[in-house]
Amino acid sequence: MTAVNDKATPQITEFVAFYSGGQSFSIEISQVREIRRWGPFTSVPHSPTGVLGVMNLRGSVIPIYDLAARLGLAPTPENPRNVIVVVMYGDQTLGLLVESVSEIMSVSNDSIQITPEMRAESGQTPIAGLINTDGGLTQIVDLASIIRARGTAAA
Amino acid sequence: MSTLNSIRDTFFEECEDLMADLADGLAKMQSGSADPETVNAVFRAVHSVKGGAGAFSLTELVAFSHQFETVLDELRSDRLKLQPELMFTLLRSADHLTVLIEAARDGVDVDAVVTQNSAAALRIWLKPSSDAADAPASASESFSFAAVTLDFGAFDQLNDTPNEPELKHYEIAFQPTATLFSNGHEPALLFGELSRLGTVSSTIDLGELPAWEEFDTTVPFMKWTLKLASTAEIDQVRAVFEFVDGLCKLNIVVAPMPVDQEALQFEASLPPAPAPLPMRQAVAEPIAPVPEKPSPAVKAASVSPQISDQHGPKPTLRVELDRVDRLINAVGELIINQAMIAQRVNEMPVTTDSEVVTYVEDYRLLARDIQEAVMAIRAQPVKPLFQRMSRIVREAADATGKSAQLLAFGEEIEVDKTVIERLADPLTHMIRNAVDHGLESPEDRIKAGKEACGTIRLSAAHRSGRVIISIKDDGAGLNRPKILKIAKDKGLIPQDADLVEADIDSLLFQPGFSTAQKVSNLSGRGVGLDVVRTAVTALGGRVAINSVPGQGTEFTISLPLTLAVMDGMVVSVRGQTMIAPISSIVETIRPALSEVHSVGPSSKYLSILGEFIPIIDVAASLGIAPNTSPSDPPLLLLVESENQSQCALIVDEVHDQRQVVIKGLEHNYRSVQGVSAATVLGNGQIALILDLDAIAFQRSAPEAPAEASPLTKGA
Repeated sequence: MTAVNDKATPQITEFVAFYSGGQSFSIEISQVREIRRWGPFTSVPHSPTGVLGVMNLRGSVIPIYDLAARLGLAPTPENPRNVIVVVMYGDQTLGLLVESVSEIMSVSNDSIQITPEMRAESGQTPIAGLINTDGGLTQIVDLASIIRARGTAAA
Repeated sequence: MSTLNSIRDTFFEECEDLMADLADGLAKMQSGSADPETVNAVFRAVHSVKGGAGAFSLTELVAFSHQFETVLDELRSDRLKLQPELMFTLLRSADHLTVLIEAARDGVDVDAVVTQNSAAALRIWLKPSSDAADAPASASESFSFAAVTLDFGAFDQLNDTPNEPELKHYEIAFQPTATLFSNGHEPALLFGELSRLGTVSSTIDLGELPAWEEFDTTVPFMKWTLKLASTAEIDQVRAVFEFVDGLCKLNIVVAPMPVDQEALQFEASLPPAPAPLPMRQAVAEPIAPVPEKPSPAVKAASVSPQISDQHGPKPTLRVELDRVDRLINAVGELIINQAMIAQRVNEMPVTTDSEVVTYVEDYRLLARDIQEAVMAIRAQPVKPLFQRMSRIVREAADATGKSAQLLAFGEEIEVDKTVIERLADPLTHMIRNAVDHGLESPEDRIKAGKEACGTIRLSAAHRSGRVIISIKDDGAGLNRPKILKIAKDKGLIPQDADLVEADIDSLLFQPGFSTAQKVSNLSGRGVGLDVVRTAVTALGGRVAINSVPGQGTEFTISLPLTLAVMDGMVVSVRGQTMIAPISSIVETIRPALSEVHSVGPSSKYLSILGEFIPIIDVAASLGIAPNTSPSDPPLLLLVESENQSQCALIVDEVHDQRQVVIKGLEHNYRSVQGVSAATVLGNGQIALILDLDAIAFQRSAPEAPAEASPLTKGA
């Protein structure tokens, strides 16, 4: 990334991009703690839609969310090649089940698009913005609404 | 600034300890089991508060503690006799001192009038009394300072007019310990203080000075012999060394006359040349400066320092809680790791007598030892908590115009620090309730043939791996018709509801229930026992009520010993491994089919010894799967809730018992109904810890049909 642009160097943010439910999503790299292979988890009673259960992450009990199901897409089919993206939100740690991780992208802030309806403070929008990529777009996941949707979002 | 603040914080932390000592001492004085040292300890506590407060310019606190200290000083020097009224004042003063300390800590103001009144109450005891001089003779035995009385006796022998201030000659043998220096005390300052009482001459004894090559700078080797000529009483002399009590070898005796030969003897103890062995002997008896007259004073004085040495507090270490918690987490991981290794070894094709099996067993025992030792760090006696409650009882009694006393039992029982901290509010609430609602007014009590002063018994005890805390009053008992009426008026239950006694009692725990006819300062603010129950449940505990009309009400809180580990029974439910807390399980039963009775469309009851106990399917109540055809007689866990009602829970298999490390679900996820926490099994998998009481209790709760919200909806 050399500063060839006419204006001052824009802010660069790194994102981890992955596929879930056939679409591309991304999360800011500072929120991602690690990427783990899919493993067995323990289901939890009375779980809301898209919460698969809990797993052991080095002694911590963390919930696993099926990102696709959480976003209202079809639940991710079981596949040993699925991966779990472990993310931090505040002091909460949780895992997102996705199909595969594709790449780590460096994106300048001015190429992130925030559409007006996404900016709405309803908190219901799980997508915080869009990033133009070579072949299409990737959606920035808003972790807060993924967690908050809880039992209320019956898809 | 920040260092000053941290010193300030330390001061308030110390104040907590000091106030605990104070309460402890006052309680002993009240019960009549005090000795002179108790009064001294009480005095020291207040004096230390005053000293610290002075450093932070907390003037109100200084002024009040000074007043308090003055009265205590009168008491310990036997110029004041302990009597019930004085005891009352002292207790109230201690309460007020606590209030002042808390106010100073939190930076809030205290009503000056209250402080003035409290100070005035103390001042009453300070009116100049003419009988001060003969007080020692009349002082009650339990509170006389042994050394003083004896000293007077010794003095009388030599002097016919003991009431006149007389120049006395003290011989003070002083040998500091290493702790004295490491605590920041400085002998020179003590000597300076001493010189304000009279003329001091000091002699240093370097007899124990080791050879240079063996010299250890951390070990003090100096001893002093001080001579003081003063009109001060021995107590005043002793007071100079108040703060190094237990940190030095101290011997104060009154010499009848400055004798020359005696001085010679002391000069002899100055080492002209190092001659260690004989010196040591000479030093061994510096306390016998009056060889020709072994007066009682000498004996008494030589005994008391030894006693105070034994009384010295156990050495302790202040550690940040964070560090302890990190250790506890690590130990939790160790236990899990141990379980994992044990499981792997079991799966290995090795014989049971192979070495590795032995090592793994050793590892298990070691891990358990470490875990218990670490848990003990967090465990604290409930005593300070209970002491606070006696203050609450006094305040509540004052506010309601009742007369009440608190009797505490089992103060030495130790519970996890977090449990104690989080128990403070619910307990306060229940104690206030007991005084406000439980006890009758003095008139009513007398009418009912009871003593005017009500009694609240607060006790702690261990019972099957849990701590039981009970709050029992000897009041009128629950007014069940009134409770029922209020519940109906408030729409908590239908108008035509017909409840059994236990159900009526449990109405008290309903949110928004309050029987107080008028809103008092103490209770009736709409937050009631439901808050208590929520707080106790959050700690993994339960509350139960037991009330007998005319005899009183007892609230029982049952709590886990620790929030970190528990003994669990490993069970499986629809193929999922889960943990059932052993503490709630009475027994496991596989009944004969004839003992299981179907009632209505889905209910089942188990008959045991002529009683019918409801059967609940754990899987169904967790919403895991629809009941498969239960053709075989089910395997049942018989559980008993705090209110003694029993329930049988269906599980598929029972495996073994083991200690599990409790991992909360709330931090990363949220709380789940029917599940109290989770744990990590030996294979690294997570198992849920069942909240058996909640599962058993669920049947009567409105949200009972849990089948409607199972996983199936999501998946």
